[in-house]
Amino acid sequence: MFTPDLRVAVCLLSLLSWAIPGQAAQSTPNLGQAVSEEQLQGLDLIVMPNGNGLPEGSGSAVQGQVLYEQQCESCHGAQGEGSPGVPALVGGSTTDTPPLMTVGSYWPYATTVYDYIRRAMPPTAPKSLSDDEVYQVVAYVLQLNGLITETFELNRNTLPAVVMPNRNGFIDRSQVQQVRP
Amino acid sequence: MSEINNQNNKTPWERVAGNGLLSRRHLLGLSLAGATGLIGSRVLAADASRVEIPQWSKRPGRDPSAYGSPSGFAQDVRRLAGNPNATLPGSGVSRTPLHLLQGNITPNSLHFERHHAGVPDIDPAQHQLLIHGLVRQPLRFRYEDLLAYPMQSRIHFLECSGNSGANTSPQAGDSSAAAIHGLLSCAEWTGVKLSTLLEEAGIAEGASWVTSTGADGASMGRSIPLNKALRDVFIALYQNGEPIRPEQGYPMRLFVPGWEGNVSVKWLTQIKLSDAPANFRDETSRYTDLLPDGRALQFTFPMGVKSLITSPSGQMQLRRQGLHEITGVAWSGSAAIRRVEVSADGGRSWADAHLEGTGQDLALTRFRLPWLWEGGPAVLQSRAIDAAGNVQPTRQQFQEIYSPANRFHYNAIQSWSVSEAGEVKNVYA
Repeated sequence: MFTPDLRVAVCLLSLLSWAIPGQAAQSTPNLGQAVSEEQLQGLDLIVMPNGNGLPEGSGSAVQGQVLYEQQCESCHGAQGEGSPGVPALVGGSTTDTPPLMTVGSYWPYATTVYDYIRRAMPPTAPKSLSDDEVYQVVAYVLQLNGLITETFELNRNTLPAVVMPNRNGFIDRSQVQQVRP
Repeated sequence: MSEINNQNNKTPWERVAGNGLLSRRHLLGLSLAGATGLIGSRVLAADASRVEIPQWSKRPGRDPSAYGSPSGFAQDVRRLAGNPNATLPGSGVSRTPLHLLQGNITPNSLHFERHHAGVPDIDPAQHQLLIHGLVRQPLRFRYEDLLAYPMQSRIHFLECSGNSGANTSPQAGDSSAAAIHGLLSCAEWTGVKLSTLLEEAGIAEGASWVTSTGADGASMGRSIPLNKALRDVFIALYQNGEPIRPEQGYPMRLFVPGWEGNVSVKWLTQIKLSDAPANFRDETSRYTDLLPDGRALQFTFPMGVKSLITSPSGQMQLRRQGLHEITGVAWSGSAAIRRVEVSADGGRSWADAHLEGTGQDLALTRFRLPWLWEGGPAVLQSRAIDAAGNVQPTRQQFQEIYSPANRFHYNAIQSWSVSEAGEVKNVYA
């Protein structure tokens, strides 16, 4: 236990830490090493719905079809219909019986398709596609869903502007933390 | 509500609800003579053979070992692991054998697993935790650095959002408690409060969400609100006292108490503060709860109040009539467990179970109640109520809220039927 004098000193120090800008935090050993956002660009794969985090580069569905046939079709099917244990990418409806939830019928943001493919696909070699190749494959999946044309160029400006059919299909419960519906 | 049932004027069983549920208080004070009185017809025939000293008492045993392992005679206490996934290598689950365990803590080797791209072998000397985004100073922490930070230990359950989803299917499967509900475990987790590291980096104006990313092949990512992150979230480095296991995120995982397991990102390598959720695949396409009208609830984080009887439970066989102990676990992602009720007649009558544990927030609570099985059919159920007043729903109440296709956040009352032959089965009641 702290002596009363030491407690007062600790209180004063912690008050000072908030009062003096740039002062190190007092409740930690301060072992974090400063890095810059530039250093983290290769690590940070997060693509936000507003397009924040999308890399340079571009791709179209015409280009993406070639890649899709090589890397994706064996599991997701020629038309994105999926296979046993592998999700369909195309078509469906959340109100069908049973519902079919795909990129086209369920995913609220096109940016998430880029984010997910870049970080996790293909499963045997995640992060092996170049930024351009990811744009190409995303374009092909969106085109299979009839959301863009074959020659539409996806890039960091056009991708966030693609409006997904189920954009307004989600009810945000993030601040409801006590009682479930 | 309780009544004294003096069936033969000798046995002071206090029946507290229908179909054989007994008061635990009376049982504890009961003499052996009283207990055998009622079930006297089941007393085993006397065995007249001599009781000998066993062989293992006549020679030295094994030497001490550097790392322990279970008895060779307890090898059936194992996780239920699925087959390797051909199309998604490393993706899958193994389930905790809830029906073979006791108490509230899950041993590390039996903690459930859910991976999206397998378990990476991470060298802690090369692992980094980056904190950046809306902070005043982006920071890099090494594993060795974090070991020097002030830590806290907390006992918390962890439950996959898809746990018990099997019971959303139209027909009740003939399955064990582990097969249905085994994506649930509880451990003592020790680590560094996330707020400590965020204080060091300095939270910038406008930050309201925290995204976390793992170092696995899928770079699994999730977003949680900053207010939760500052309340009780920590970076877990130890699990039941030892470094967390690779399948739990070695060398470090995020731990988000009470919330769906998927947000407690394993192999944690990146924390980025932002002004909005990232809307990762695993918080849009997955882990969202479909409603009957085709819309879906998103960011339904806390796991609902829930309980299940682990013994007797599915695929068990009662081998004798007489006194049994009904026991199970209860938990809630919103608060401590305040009460668990048990029914042996399919919910027509209920009795309060005895609760074991400290009534700790967001942890498993073991419950027990004596049950006199007299050979008739029974439907055993448990119903949990948490300190926030949430009551575990019936299956019908759950099904009325969601699309029949929704398999996430299923927390309805579990029913186990007991046949006259003593067979215990999963049923919808």
